Amino acid sequence: MAVLFSSCDEKKECCVNFEPVSVTFKFTQNWDGVPVTSADFNDFKFTTQNGETVSIEKLRYVLSNISVGSSVKNYHLINIGENTGAQLTFEEVSQGSNFLKFTFGFTDANNIDGVYQDLNSVSFNVPGMLGGGYHYMQFDGKYKDTNNADANFNYHAIRAVDRTDPANLIFQDTSFEVDLGTFDLKSDITIEIKMNIAEWFKNPNSWNLNELNTILMPNFEAQKMISDNGKNVFSFGAITE
Amino acid sequence: MFKKYLFLLGFFLLMHCASEEEEIYTPIPYNLEIPELFADKLIAPVIPTNNPLTEEGVALGKKLFFDKILSGDETQSCASCHSPKNAFTDEQQFSDGIDGKQGFRNAMPLFNLAWNFDELFNWDGKEFSLEKQAFEPVSNPIEMHANWKNVEQKLQNHPEYPTLFLQAFGYSEIDSVAVTKAIAQFERTLISGNSKFDQYLKGETSLTPQEQNGFDVFMDEAKGDCFHCHGSNNNPLWTDNQFHNNGLDANFSDAGLGAITGDPADDGKFKSPSIRNIAFTAPYMHDGRFKTLDEVINHYSEGLQFSSTIDPLMKKVSQGGVQLSEKDKADLKAFLLSLSDFDFISNPAFK
Repeated sequence: MAVLFSSCDEKKECCVNFEPVSVTFKFTQNWDGVPVTSADFNDFKFTTQNGETVSIEKLRYVLSNISVGSSVKNYHLINIGENTGAQLTFEEVSQGSNFLKFTFGFTDANNIDGVYQDLNSVSFNVPGMLGGGYHYMQFDGKYKDTNNADANFNYHAIRAVDRTDPANLIFQDTSFEVDLGTFDLKSDITIEIKMNIAEWFKNPNSWNLNELNTILMPNFEAQKMISDNGKNVFSFGAITE
Repeated sequence: MFKKYLFLLGFFLLMHCASEEEEIYTPIPYNLEIPELFADKLIAPVIPTNNPLTEEGVALGKKLFFDKILSGDETQSCASCHSPKNAFTDEQQFSDGIDGKQGFRNAMPLFNLAWNFDELFNWDGKEFSLEKQAFEPVSNPIEMHANWKNVEQKLQNHPEYPTLFLQAFGYSEIDSVAVTKAIAQFERTLISGNSKFDQYLKGETSLTPQEQNGFDVFMDEAKGDCFHCHGSNNNPLWTDNQFHNNGLDANFSDAGLGAITGDPADDGKFKSPSIRNIAFTAPYMHDGRFKTLDEVINHYSEGLQFSSTIDPLMKKVSQGGVQLSEKDKADLKAFLLSLSDFDFISNPAFK
């Protein structure tokens, strides 16, 4: 008993000046710096690096293992068209130096078929013939094709799967970690996480929508290209305390 | 003396209150039986806090749903256009109202409505909440064409209804709000989750090779690509309950969602109906233009019409659609028929 009391006293002395803080992620989107919201949807107002004019009609994506130091949120769905998921708050984060990072999509270990009820309920699943699990992103819209006619695109990111032999699927985990670095947290803080949508079509793969537009989910090479381009999509922006 | 009378008056008032309290009936909470797959795969159904399900409320809602007293000339009930044997729709392209007038939309089937998470009802999403949806057909001139005041009065003068409302809601003064609350309660109990495909997912039966291939066509982005809007083995609702332009027309005579939101980008968009029980719900589409499932499949295969708001998920629009083989079409139909829930359409609790 004496040992227990002694232990409590020591802990109190060490932590008395460190009130926990809250950290809020605010997710925003832009096209090479021009802000994009749902109000910008359904309008051919963006141009890819390859020169196709694009209208965005649907854009939703999932982040997982969102970490602020030792605090972790399993996953979070952001739906720009429906204006949901734009903020994510961590309460009770320890003051001091904390790393911030997340995974775009799900790592294989967490990409478990059918277990996330909220994602099932909004039909974010990947068919079993492609290994199941969940989309990382659904990005749908239209582009002007080489005849300047409207054409559809479904830029859907999932775990890459090679279905050459449907009985023996070969997977490649195309989720990726975004490390925002280490932050010294002293008070409640809001950190903007920016998605530059244009980067999905830019770097390192200049995306030609006339060639890669729909049926990308079963396209192993296309999924790897999407993943490569995604690594330049996210950055942190404004930090407000 | 005055104080004595005041005391007696207060005493009688208190006694009166106490006797009224004794008369208030506490309704019994209704145990909504949620299918195993729904419980496993989906978030909880939407039950408004101001209209919880009770045994009395559901029973009252059922009685009202089938009672022609809600129509102007007492010739039609809700069930006239929403028949249990047709998964709570009818077999007509456009239903006839009490005056013989027809609308311009196909009657929607009614089931699993508590899992419409956005709570936008009707083909065009006009009504937010089941309660509000139930309000409109009663007074619509091309439907039941009644006057709500008259309906309320008829129910109030009815030998049974005042007591039933008292038991369900704690008051016997009947108004349209209580009527629609009761109907909505009953509608939330209309749960369909026992088709052959449900049984297959639970390991209780197997699919035929045709049904299995049809399911594969449904789930294959390079073939049917139906799953993006119509659910999957992980979403037993078989709808996303969202609004899409599925390429029916190049020009719109009915703007659908666009007429509600006022946004031209929504023109030609209608709610994805569930494909569960599709064997019972012909004709198809918001305007009932397709009489058979074959016509529906042919539409997506080679009948798509381009328009500026066509959903990006519609593939190969310039070729008319996804170009399914005849075998894949037949197998897709076999799979769709495996979503038929015969227990649902014959459930005595829903008749």
